[in-house]
Amino acid sequence: MRVLSVAYLIAAFVFIYLPVGALVLFSFQSGSLPVPPFDGPSLQWYAAILSDGDLMRALLHSLLVALCSSAVAVSLGFGAAYGLARHALPGSALVRGLLIAPMTVSYLIIGLGLLIVVQRLGLGLSLVTAGVGHVVINLPLCFAIIYASMGAQQQNAERAARDLGADEARVVLLITVPMLMPAIAAAFFLSVTLSWDEFIISFLLTRFDVTLPVEIWSMLRSGLSPELNAIGSLVFLVSVAIVVLLETTLLKGRK
Amino acid sequence: MTLSRDTLRGWGFAAPALLWTLAFFVVPFVVMGAMSLATMEGRTLIWGLHLDNYAALAQKKYLWRAIIVSLEITLTVTVVSVLLAYPLAWIIAFRVPKRWQRLVLLLSILPFWTSYVVRSYAWLLVLAREGVVNKAMIWLGMIAEPVTLANTRFATVTGFVHFFVMLLVLTIYANLIQLPPNYRRAAMDLGASAFQTFRHVILPLTLPGIMTGAFLTFVLCIGDYITPQILGGNTELTVPQVIMVQLGRRADFPLAAALALVLMGIVTLAYLAFARWLRLDRI
Amino acid sequence: MTASVTVEGVNHWFGSYRALRDISLAIGAGEYVTLLGPSGCGKTTLLSVLGGFLMPDQGRVLIGSRDMSRVAPARRPTTTVFQDYALFPHMSLRDNVGFGLRMAGQGRRLRHARADEMLALVGLGAAASKRPHELSGGQRQRVALARALAVRPEVLLLDEPLGALDLKLRRSMQDELKAIQREVGTTFVHVTHDQEEAMAIADRIVVMNAGRIEDQGPPARIYRQPASLFAAGFMGEMNRIPAHETAGVVTCAFGAVPRPAPASGPLVLTLRPEAIRIGQASVDRLHIGPARVRDAAFFGTHVRAHLVPQAAPDMVLVAHLPPDHLPGPDDVLDLVAETGDLGLFAEP
Repeated sequence: MRVLSVAYLIAAFVFIYLPVGALVLFSFQSGSLPVPPFDGPSLQWYAAILSDGDLMRALLHSLLVALCSSAVAVSLGFGAAYGLARHALPGSALVRGLLIAPMTVSYLIIGLGLLIVVQRLGLGLSLVTAGVGHVVINLPLCFAIIYASMGAQQQNAERAARDLGADEARVVLLITVPMLMPAIAAAFFLSVTLSWDEFIISFLLTRFDVTLPVEIWSMLRSGLSPELNAIGSLVFLVSVAIVVLLETTLLKGRK
Repeated sequence: MTLSRDTLRGWGFAAPALLWTLAFFVVPFVVMGAMSLATMEGRTLIWGLHLDNYAALAQKKYLWRAIIVSLEITLTVTVVSVLLAYPLAWIIAFRVPKRWQRLVLLLSILPFWTSYVVRSYAWLLVLAREGVVNKAMIWLGMIAEPVTLANTRFATVTGFVHFFVMLLVLTIYANLIQLPPNYRRAAMDLGASAFQTFRHVILPLTLPGIMTGAFLTFVLCIGDYITPQILGGNTELTVPQVIMVQLGRRADFPLAAALALVLMGIVTLAYLAFARWLRLDRI
Repeated sequence: MTASVTVEGVNHWFGSYRALRDISLAIGAGEYVTLLGPSGCGKTTLLSVLGGFLMPDQGRVLIGSRDMSRVAPARRPTTTVFQDYALFPHMSLRDNVGFGLRMAGQGRRLRHARADEMLALVGLGAAASKRPHELSGGQRQRVALARALAVRPEVLLLDEPLGALDLKLRRSMQDELKAIQREVGTTFVHVTHDQEEAMAIADRIVVMNAGRIEDQGPPARIYRQPASLFAAGFMGEMNRIPAHETAGVVTCAFGAVPRPAPASGPLVLTLRPEAIRIGQASVDRLHIGPARVRDAAFFGTHVRAHLVPQAAPDMVLVAHLPPDHLPGPDDVLDLVAETGDLGLFAEP
């Protein structure tokens, strides 16, 4: 490696890690302002967030919305992928296009459309409406990932199973789903990470019960605080743990 | 055409996803279109075929400004991100030893997983008057007084670039690494310098990947509300910020809907501009 | 253009693995040399050293009389035909073939003329504006050859150039490669693991194994009188008959072998299937004696038979017999072998 390459790599890493570094470092600040000089370490802000009822409730809501909406998105996406890949459907190109379409529209616009409909129908905003929105944004991803991994290899196995007398339900449950497990799991976890972190749809479509990003947003209005650093660091750590876990276990066999 | 059992079964599997997309994506979209043609009289909504909102876009300066600001920021971010990410992806793909590549790549996109709201907040920490950058520059004697970095367009662009550099490193790296290594060897063997190899072989072959990444950056950047809202301050507003203002303080849903459709129009135009390079089926 | 190639004392390690061991080799100007060996024998590594893609840890490479050991590929008078061809997919065939000239700063008109000339040489004159993906494997191979020759290299390096082609095409491309080499007169160094390919085209074969040169010489010599047991086995099918040296005399199950022993202790006598004949014993022949036919099959140019000699009932010999008579199972044939066709090596 030449000197210039090393220098660029180091500069890039400083840029990339500057905000995360500042975030994590000043979460251990002892004073009440998360700016230099560092006067920690102290764990008081972690204690503060763990005893903050609103924040912990929001965290739980986020988890709930992420898991439920992802489960729905993966199930619907799998059904559509199976139906389109395994059965000759007239107009299937159009259907595929329609299913992928939400991916090309910004979250703000999807949220706005749903907000207008919910208000016109006089329905209330809740975690459920936010979850519905999250399914809309994650369904195209789940569909695309699972559809792309449905190859001829599975199809031959499915044919063999049918040939041996399995009915459609057993073919799906005993052959297709287990063979596609890596893709299904990847779609699910990607969906969970995106939903868990999503702000604008949750912001538009929730009211009293809010998700974590929305709660963090409202805390942010009162300015810089080490408490925000602490919750931010915690969320980052959890995400990184999931990514590292995926990298070392689930995705290892796919290379 | 008769519907075979097979076809019916296929529809059965696909129907739930299709219905969900129709009910919660297509219908809201149509309603939003209708809403953009409605108008407000005081606090009451009047449906109809009014073009007030679109006329307002042409007349009201703050709406015009928002579109210009959004475009300026998005284009700056897209160009700067590509220019910064390409060398980084290149170094990881061709200069870092093979067995370290996966680790270096993973490390260079790890902060990607910081929560979306928190990432902008973290940049606020870094760029604040009392923040890391100002303190560091004073300590180094580069400046005497703290300079204003946060709540500027510079801060917005920095926050965006940080995010999109990571995204683009990933897509460009994937592009570079899938090129057969013999392309580079063949070019060098035939007398090409490192720059000529890049200019005539590597760049043309990675252009579709770069353009796909750039388009993705454009789309995600122009529709984003959080980053300019947290980092940009209130001196200039982007289109998403103006939309949120209409929803909040003024409850002017028709104007918000019209602005949303304009935003989609811009994305469609960008798609047409990028279309000759895009391989969206390969994302 | 053509030049000789001299390799002097080249050694190279990948980590602790010694990929090249004391390689010294002299290739004459205009010679067609093949580097032959199993995968992992170092032949491709040696080719990379010649092309400049790999700087050897020790030793020198001279082209003509210039030391090229530390010269980058772009500045060497060598070009390479890659195994995967490495044709640039975004360029027409003409631009691919003209690429090297373009890099050298030659004008469009001249380089297009040269590219068309080279494409005509390989029989693709009419396809100049096509893209690589429109071609078959054999055609891509020709374009790669034309591209490498367009810059008038002094030495052309070919890395398993026919490896991706099916057998029939490979045989016809061999003849074509040889014809093109004669026409341009450039030194060709050709890596392959196919000994038939090597014999078909090479002026000289260099047999490699485990990073070492085992043997080198004209194909007929290497086939008939290989310098090592490895070279003998790699050049074609071989019967291995255990032998032994006692008091300077070599003996095997079929009696004394009138040859000096290469070493003391256990030896291996090698015998090509076609060297086994039906006939009478005489002074300059090894008398294998009566052997029972286990099975025999007609192959067109010969009959291939598995035979169990009565002198060594646990041995099975493979013989290629004249095609005019197909023996039946359990027939007994009286077999001999010319002593000139025997190889004798120390047991490894």
